Amino acid sequence: MARRNSKSPDVSRRKFLAGAAVAGATIATPPVADAAAPPVAAEKIPTVQRPTAQQIAAETELPKVDSPLGGRAGSDFMVDVIKSLGIEYCYANPASSYRGIHESLINYGKNTMPEFITCMHEESSIAMAHGFFKVSGKPQLVLCHGVVGLMHGTMSIYNAWCDRAPVIVMGGTDLDAANRPPGVPTIHSGQDINALVRDFTKWDDTPVSLAHFAQSFVRAYKFAMTPPYEPVMLALDAELQEMAVQERERDHLVIPKYTSPSPPQADVAALRETAKFLVSAERPVIVADRVARTPEGMKHLVELAELLQAPVVNLRGRMNFPNSHHLSQPPGQLYNQADLILGLEVGDFWNVVNAFTDNADNEGLGLQRRRAKVDAKLITINSVELNQKSNYQDFQRFQPVDINMVGDAEASLPSLIEAVKSAINAEHKAAYEKRGEAFKKAKAAANERAMQAAAVGWDASPIATARVAAELWGAVKDNDWALVAASNGSSGWPERFFKIDRHYQWIGGSGGAGQGYGIPAAVGAAHAHKAFGRLAVAIVGDGDSMYAPGALWTAARHQIPLLAIVHNNRGYHQEVMHVQRLSNRRNRVANNGRDFGPVGTRIENPNIDYAALAKSMGVQAFGPVSDPNELGPTLKKAVQVAKAGEPVLIDAVMQPR
Amino acid sequence: MLRVFVRLRPAAIAAGLVLGLIGSSGALAADAARGKILFTQKYGCYECHGTQGQGSPVTGPKLAPNPLPYDTLSAFIRSSNGPMPPFREAILPTADLQDIYAYLQSIPPAPDYKTIPLLNNK
Repeated sequence: MARRNSKSPDVSRRKFLAGAAVAGATIATPPVADAAAPPVAAEKIPTVQRPTAQQIAAETELPKVDSPLGGRAGSDFMVDVIKSLGIEYCYANPASSYRGIHESLINYGKNTMPEFITCMHEESSIAMAHGFFKVSGKPQLVLCHGVVGLMHGTMSIYNAWCDRAPVIVMGGTDLDAANRPPGVPTIHSGQDINALVRDFTKWDDTPVSLAHFAQSFVRAYKFAMTPPYEPVMLALDAELQEMAVQERERDHLVIPKYTSPSPPQADVAALRETAKFLVSAERPVIVADRVARTPEGMKHLVELAELLQAPVVNLRGRMNFPNSHHLSQPPGQLYNQADLILGLEVGDFWNVVNAFTDNADNEGLGLQRRRAKVDAKLITINSVELNQKSNYQDFQRFQPVDINMVGDAEASLPSLIEAVKSAINAEHKAAYEKRGEAFKKAKAAANERAMQAAAVGWDASPIATARVAAELWGAVKDNDWALVAASNGSSGWPERFFKIDRHYQWIGGSGGAGQGYGIPAAVGAAHAHKAFGRLAVAIVGDGDSMYAPGALWTAARHQIPLLAIVHNNRGYHQEVMHVQRLSNRRNRVANNGRDFGPVGTRIENPNIDYAALAKSMGVQAFGPVSDPNELGPTLKKAVQVAKAGEPVLIDAVMQPR
Repeated sequence: MLRVFVRLRPAAIAAGLVLGLIGSSGALAADAARGKILFTQKYGCYECHGTQGQGSPVTGPKLAPNPLPYDTLSAFIRSSNGPMPPFREAILPTADLQDIYAYLQSIPPAPDYKTIPLLNNK
């Protein structure tokens, strides 16, 4: 590769390590002082020999001054390329395979744009970049060891893939099998490291020259930022990083100009046809999942819904629709009664049109039934169909539809809105007004029911999930807040209490439902909020938190303010219920061993002290709090810590769900 | 792995209600304290319904206060074909079910939400 053509005098890693190897080899040579002595019989060789002259020199002499690199470091140019795209942060756990670019980032690049954020696990690095993007809309860089680090990071890359979130991952590797250092560096290199994540990245490459790197990095960024957004991967040869810019390249290296890609819009004719159906539908329902990539997307969706006074079922993959709006409605009977269902960037449209019950029906496969009316018009706009892969099943079950628009929903909404406006007449408007009034009443009634339901178990210990959500809302509502994580186990209570009406106040879930996302993604999102002085709050699962708790240290180290509540139900509760279900189905009493749930599903005996865990990493923490009346005062203290710019954690012993 | 439990189907509850109207209560002599232990430690009821039977909008309906009539609840528990698995006699003996029911009956009424400031926090 490039190294073979290099004419630069080098102090490359190869030479450095080769020198070390030569020095090591001298250990086996006879001591100089004994060179003239007769050979010693093998059985008489002493177990400890006097050091050689070379060893003595190596241990005692001042090191020679390294010759300067023969020109500009290749990785310095890489940093210029990265800087050209305005990337703010590099989330990374350090690794020798990318030491060339690491050194360039912090010295040549002065550790700014991007700034190196020290992470304790690659799963955390990627989840942090994932969370950061969903707040800022800006993809960040992740560096990792190409083999072992990337293996650690795969779950988070899969989460980002399923969640349509761009992350620029670069993995160091040493491609030259004949010259790379033996031992660990070779174990940590691969022929094609990108293969590990190719099924769930949008694009990958292995640049073999600096010019190639420049093109590939900008291309990777462009692909990542073309809807549907996705993570991308570059393998970064160690030699390419560490070598000097070659003479033949020196005057020809160019950083390609990046132009933000226009998102793909759905076919205009199909949008017009959809508008006609929408306008004439009596019971239309809009289902939104990952629609609002930007605040504009949310505004467009509100405009469309208000034009039609059509209910929006927000599946909350993104902050699509204000939850206090009268047209924000739960699915309830809407799906069953709809004569038109418009799915916008819905990850699982089958599960909208149909229902699944995990019971013993169908020989244990569960009950599956269609819930939408047979003649309901089914229409979708989805960009994910532009970019699908076959292995992992995130595309869900196949659902036939009547109009299937392939394109980005947010980019398509303005044209759809215009088409709807053109098709609406006075008669429609009167009917829509009546429809809207009905939803206002339904919304008010649902809110009242929710509050009464929250009162049940209000003083329970472990603390009710509703109580925690209410207390948290009470503690933060007068601040500029953002909810950066709400565990599945919270039973949706945070979404009932928090008035979520700004795009940055909600970022959706993990995407792939892989454990280990909660704390690191919350830290990444909080990192993005820091620049705006917002109070980032999160409710994270206890089991999830133990996958990557080191992200708390990163928050402390880099002063990332975040108020995190650990939903401590002392179990992998989803699995508690699954094993219970199967035990019953098989007519057996679940074996709880010495725990409060089936063997293998509980996190107790001993209980984990999450506050102590956080404190050990420099994070202020409170708890375990199991008295509901202590929660409010504790939250007040925690809010002050977060507002002062530091992370803080509360270990709340809570109801399972 | 993360398959989400959904709430009890209203139709199933309605069926239980019908059965309850023709049944009779057998839980009066039961032991509420023992029932609480069974509810929270042995049979996993609390997993979906909460330790006070308060329920969850996602995993299972509210069971208390004011539980359904015993025979209604019992009929549903024995024969559920919804997201909740059936608890047959071999798993949950009637005596234990009666104690659990006594525990549910012993749970005091919830306060009116209008008396709780945090539930009136707009």
